[in-house]
Amino acid sequence: MAKTEAPKPILGTSPLRKEGVAKVLGATRYIDDIALDGMLFGATVRASIARGRILDIQFEQKDDLGNPIDWSKFTIVTANDIPGENTIVHLTKDHPCLAAEFINHPEEPILLLAHREKAMLPAAVAAVKITYEEWPGVFTIEDSEAGIERAKAGDETGVIWRGHGHGGGNNTFKTYCMLKDQTEIPESVWAEAAYIVEGEYRTGAQEQLYIENNGVIAECVVADEAVQEVTVQGSMQCPFYLVHALELVFNLPADRCRVIQVETGGAFGGKEDFPSVIGSHAALLAMKSGRPVKMTYDRAEDMVATTKRHPSRTRHRTAVAKDGRLLAGEIEFVIDGGAYATLSPVVLSRGVIHSPGPYDWPYLRVDGRAVATNVAPHGAFRGFGAPQSIFAVERHMDKIAGVVGITPEEMRRRNFLKSGEKTATGQHLSDPVDLQGLLTRALREADYHRKREEFARTNVGAVVKRGIGFASFFHGSGFTGSGERRLNSLVEIELNAEGMPNILVSSTEFGQGTNTILCQVAAQTLKIPYDDVLIAQPDTYRVPNSGPTVASRTAMIVGKLVERAAEQLCVTLVGSGFLAEGYTGEEFKDGAKRYLAANGALKASVRYQAPADIFWDDEQYRGDAYPAYAWAVYVAEVAVDTRTYQATVTDFHALQEVGKVLHPKLAAGQIEGGVAQGIGYALYEKCVWQNGRMANNQMTNYIMPTSADLPPIHAHFEEVPSIHGPGGAKGIGELPMDGPAPAILNAIEQATGIAFGEIPLLPEDIFARMTGTDGAEKLNPDVMEPAIAAAVGEVGD
Amino acid sequence: MAGLAAVRFRVNGVERTVEAPPVKRLLDVLREDLQLTGTKEGCGEGECGSCAVLMNGELVNSCLVPVLQAEGAVVCTIEGVSVDGRLAPVQQCFLEEGGAQCGICTPGMILATHHLLEKYPQPTLLQIQEGLAGNLCRCTGYMRIFEAVRQASERGRD
Repeated sequence: MAKTEAPKPILGTSPLRKEGVAKVLGATRYIDDIALDGMLFGATVRASIARGRILDIQFEQKDDLGNPIDWSKFTIVTANDIPGENTIVHLTKDHPCLAAEFINHPEEPILLLAHREKAMLPAAVAAVKITYEEWPGVFTIEDSEAGIERAKAGDETGVIWRGHGHGGGNNTFKTYCMLKDQTEIPESVWAEAAYIVEGEYRTGAQEQLYIENNGVIAECVVADEAVQEVTVQGSMQCPFYLVHALELVFNLPADRCRVIQVETGGAFGGKEDFPSVIGSHAALLAMKSGRPVKMTYDRAEDMVATTKRHPSRTRHRTAVAKDGRLLAGEIEFVIDGGAYATLSPVVLSRGVIHSPGPYDWPYLRVDGRAVATNVAPHGAFRGFGAPQSIFAVERHMDKIAGVVGITPEEMRRRNFLKSGEKTATGQHLSDPVDLQGLLTRALREADYHRKREEFARTNVGAVVKRGIGFASFFHGSGFTGSGERRLNSLVEIELNAEGMPNILVSSTEFGQGTNTILCQVAAQTLKIPYDDVLIAQPDTYRVPNSGPTVASRTAMIVGKLVERAAEQLCVTLVGSGFLAEGYTGEEFKDGAKRYLAANGALKASVRYQAPADIFWDDEQYRGDAYPAYAWAVYVAEVAVDTRTYQATVTDFHALQEVGKVLHPKLAAGQIEGGVAQGIGYALYEKCVWQNGRMANNQMTNYIMPTSADLPPIHAHFEEVPSIHGPGGAKGIGELPMDGPAPAILNAIEQATGIAFGEIPLLPEDIFARMTGTDGAEKLNPDVMEPAIAAAVGEVGD
Repeated sequence: MAGLAAVRFRVNGVERTVEAPPVKRLLDVLREDLQLTGTKEGCGEGECGSCAVLMNGELVNSCLVPVLQAEGAVVCTIEGVSVDGRLAPVQQCFLEEGGAQCGICTPGMILATHHLLEKYPQPTLLQIQEGLAGNLCRCTGYMRIFEAVRQASERGRD
């Protein structure tokens, strides 16, 4: 047989997305496109107060329009129906599946209803009248802290969460102290510093706003008055998280809880922890009704009741030498976790570890705290704590530069971490790190120096002020600390009857490209065409637990396991003599089929092995926080219109070193999409809170960027292969969420001369500061840049 | 049941008659009565464009159209864009350029692109940005979508 050339490397090229044809045809079946025979529809009856106790529940006989309600046609589930534990488990069991007595946030689920006709549900939900004993709510970080303080004096009325049994304290889900080299900052450092620079920075909640709302369909097998098996299919990131939740709610072993991910219309972290809630609810209704039950939220319910990015407050106190070198830093990082712990401890951990930025701090102490409030629990959202603390440190770096009298660029250059140095957790940076080079290239790509000089000149007297700013940052790939060891992920590749490898992982596709890159990795390792590699639908009865699809871990961690499994498959086929070295794609299939004929089946199976030189000490909170880091410098250019007070991003350059780029088009798509979300985070997306409830839970008044709002987003890559990922890849998914907000506010500072420290920054916020109507001292035109004085003068008259 | 109306209209080249409450949303009629589930609901209030279809050549959000309004209309959904399961050039360009990530906004986005290219066969970037501004995408940041539209426009010219 004539040998053909081995396939060209597929990693680093951009083959078509595996499930792409169905998506552009509109043929993809998302959960709301699926209907099962006899299926009912489910709905949730939620609290109407933020905090208190349920006194009474009444089912009105007529709806609000006076039409009778036939309650016998509804399935009704209460906390008493739960066969197992009344909890949605993540890290602790503090979070009830359904409120039995106490209410801790305004969207707390209390009852579940199901009916054959979806249209019958809203009126029925409204006809459940619940009376409460209402208690004063705790709605902000400051409220929560005040509750802790009052409790010290014996008044516990402000304590809404007690740490007992959950590893926390009053109103405190978790605290961390990251102390560099386990050494406190000597007093002499503060005394001898040329400057001590303090700053406070705040970030708001952010809605993931995937375009497909949360939704599931549940089925339940009941025999002998006991639940035998539960199946939930739906839109989600982490099928095994839901298995774990169902095990407890139904008191079933894991092998009786089947979870299937169907095509998912966006997630961004918003379908990491929440499917455990809606999945458990639908399954309870299926149990009680004996029918399949679909639960899909509409947009208003999804926005008001599901998780959002944690609001944060960061305080920096920094000792700086005369030349701008950092001498010591104290950072206090606080996030608002909402009513229950959910994932807040791990969000906090990532936020704490990223809070120092990519700088060398001789002394550093970071105190992190996740506090409780009476709002729906905050959860995972792309970046997972890092965008919050990176916003603070990158604004603070510009502030220090101003105090010292050096440029923001020089400030970074004098303090960047380098290869061979240690991070704040004591991690030795053995891989090449070239932040100086990244900064140089990013500023060149953005034409930063020329523009900065030009804007300083042209802003004088201009109605539209321009600015350019940047942020430099890193993002750790994979689970934090010992997380990957605990996950202990398993990946399998089997051969199907046609001799084609089929990848079996619980890693899910929700737009980011999981299917495509994992198939690329297997194809390249097996030296067969990309089209010959398949990937199975994540079904927990069929695929092993390769961990959740989160934390920028899929390409690097799961991808590496796929690479190893493919190597193992190849070794088996070649070693058994069914395949000769130098095989073609067709020969691979032939050899595979002959192997199957002789042996029945072949499945390669590999488990995560922590690199021998990676150590993490949970007790001391030190060591190798992540196997690898992506490094980046993002440059934003803005225009601020002094008539409308609207700040607009006019150009954006995103340069990153993410190891080897596996698929250039997908990678650029990840960066561009993340930057767009980051621009929304900085300038558009504001959650308006009223007594703990999101008041603007509509796309009409929660504004995300449209195609007309965004600047050109230029994604640039430096490729430095890493040993930790397949073909040299590192993580990429979350990184682009980290840099935009501080880069934009740094640029706005050049444009306006105002050092804003809080996002989202809306026109009304800019208006308030520029006109002094925020209660702050009005800007004094005598000490302002002339440009700003002109702007203020214009509105003041 | 009282209050049903018989509504006749042409969907993807086929005459259809449905019996539905006159104010039932065109979106629900397409998805539930005609099993055309390629049209998606994102927000239910005309903000996101996931439910966009072409009605008499105009791009409309089908969540805002009572079905009675579609009486006698010519409607095109995503299922009507491809020919015998073969991708139309716009679909091919979205596929090749990475214009579809999670795919949920894609049907509406492709119909909006179709509409845009009818109006402006060689659109400027500004025309693309404004033409697609009623279709929200949370995944892509729109850059790959703009490129897909440009490519489709190029192919249309050939």
